Amino acid sequence: MADTPKQIFIKGIWKDNPVFRQVLGICSSLAVTNLLTNTLFMAFGVMFVTAFSNFTVSLLRDHIPARIRMIVQVLIIASYVMIVDILIKAVNPDIHRFIGPYVGLIITNCIIMGRAEAFASQNTPWLSFLDGLAMGIGYSLVLIVIALVREPMGFGTLLGFPLPGREIWWHQWTIMVMAPGAFFMLAIVTWISRKIQLNLEKGGK
Amino acid sequence: MEAYQETNFFATLFIIFISAGLTNNILLARFLGMCSCLGVSKKVDTSVGLGAAVTFVTATTAALNYLVYYYILVPLGLEFLKLITFIVVIAAFTQFIEMVIERYSIKLYNSLGIFLPLITVNCAILGISLFMLNKPYGFWESFAYGLGGGFGWFLAIALIGGIREKINEKFLPEGLAGPGITLIIIGIMSLAFVGFSGMIKI
Repeated sequence: MADTPKQIFIKGIWKDNPVFRQVLGICSSLAVTNLLTNTLFMAFGVMFVTAFSNFTVSLLRDHIPARIRMIVQVLIIASYVMIVDILIKAVNPDIHRFIGPYVGLIITNCIIMGRAEAFASQNTPWLSFLDGLAMGIGYSLVLIVIALVREPMGFGTLLGFPLPGREIWWHQWTIMVMAPGAFFMLAIVTWISRKIQLNLEKGGK
Repeated sequence: MEAYQETNFFATLFIIFISAGLTNNILLARFLGMCSCLGVSKKVDTSVGLGAAVTFVTATTAALNYLVYYYILVPLGLEFLKLITFIVVIAAFTQFIEMVIERYSIKLYNSLGIFLPLITVNCAILGISLFMLNKPYGFWESFAYGLGGGFGWFLAIALIGGIREKINEKFLPEGLAGPGITLIIIGIMSLAFVGFSGMIKI
């Protein structure tokens, strides 16, 4: 239970990585990984919401009656998601038009509920905040890796800028910007990371 | 003349239903409801059970959220509260359904009961309600959209459950078993569903 901040970060980013270890919260975010810019905004949103909702749930953990804790947690999460939604709309309305519904769907992102339930309801606010942040970072890293492959292959751009000399060597893989590409990429990322983890465990013995 | 308009109306509803279910399949084209799908789709019967429950809740909450949004939030100028309102409607409705089923049909409760908490956090349901607002739909159109979306999810999860039952995970490369292979299956199915796109324009 008494994890140090360092252990929490290792867990969030690799050992308990929300995407490829726990397979949570991929719903709302595969859709935004065909452009790196959208992905960065989404990653920011998720990180912000996990960290602060964990913090708040942990602060209130002794005051929430057990029977209605789910709905209280959902309400806490929804309030932070609303803040993120309004922030993104203010900073960049164009991106908001595209990822708007998916930002709203951060509410039902299972990582956030999962961490609130599994970690924040038993730990102190500060540790919960770190845990939320670490989980958010672990999640964002996976999304960014996927986006780094999908955007260049599908559009021939990175962060909206064309790749150098793409007329000569680049050929468009339309499938990468469509839904199947996202599923295949995530499958590959999951596979590789599990394989590495298995090898690490074998090496440790 | 009136009869003609009526068939036209139902035809529109049917087209919305088909397009929400097949061409814009909520799971395979919009990625929503993945978490519960990966967790639950190991067997056909559980997939069908959850799929049916989700279809019912999606259709009803789409209609409910439509009413709440256009008759309560818009007149009061509170559109920015839509996220929190929708999730409360969905959570309250699921809770209500759970109590009703528990009271009147223990058998149904036992077979469906474990899925009900999963429904609140199923993004497909909130997703349908949010996407619905981007379209110029009336009440019945929204209902058809919710029904179609739920049906599409049901179809996808039942098919995935069927395929997963047949897979022998012993023959897979190390590390691919479980979520990895399921994602690849979903990817291939999603390729097949891409074939539907362009069939109907809404």
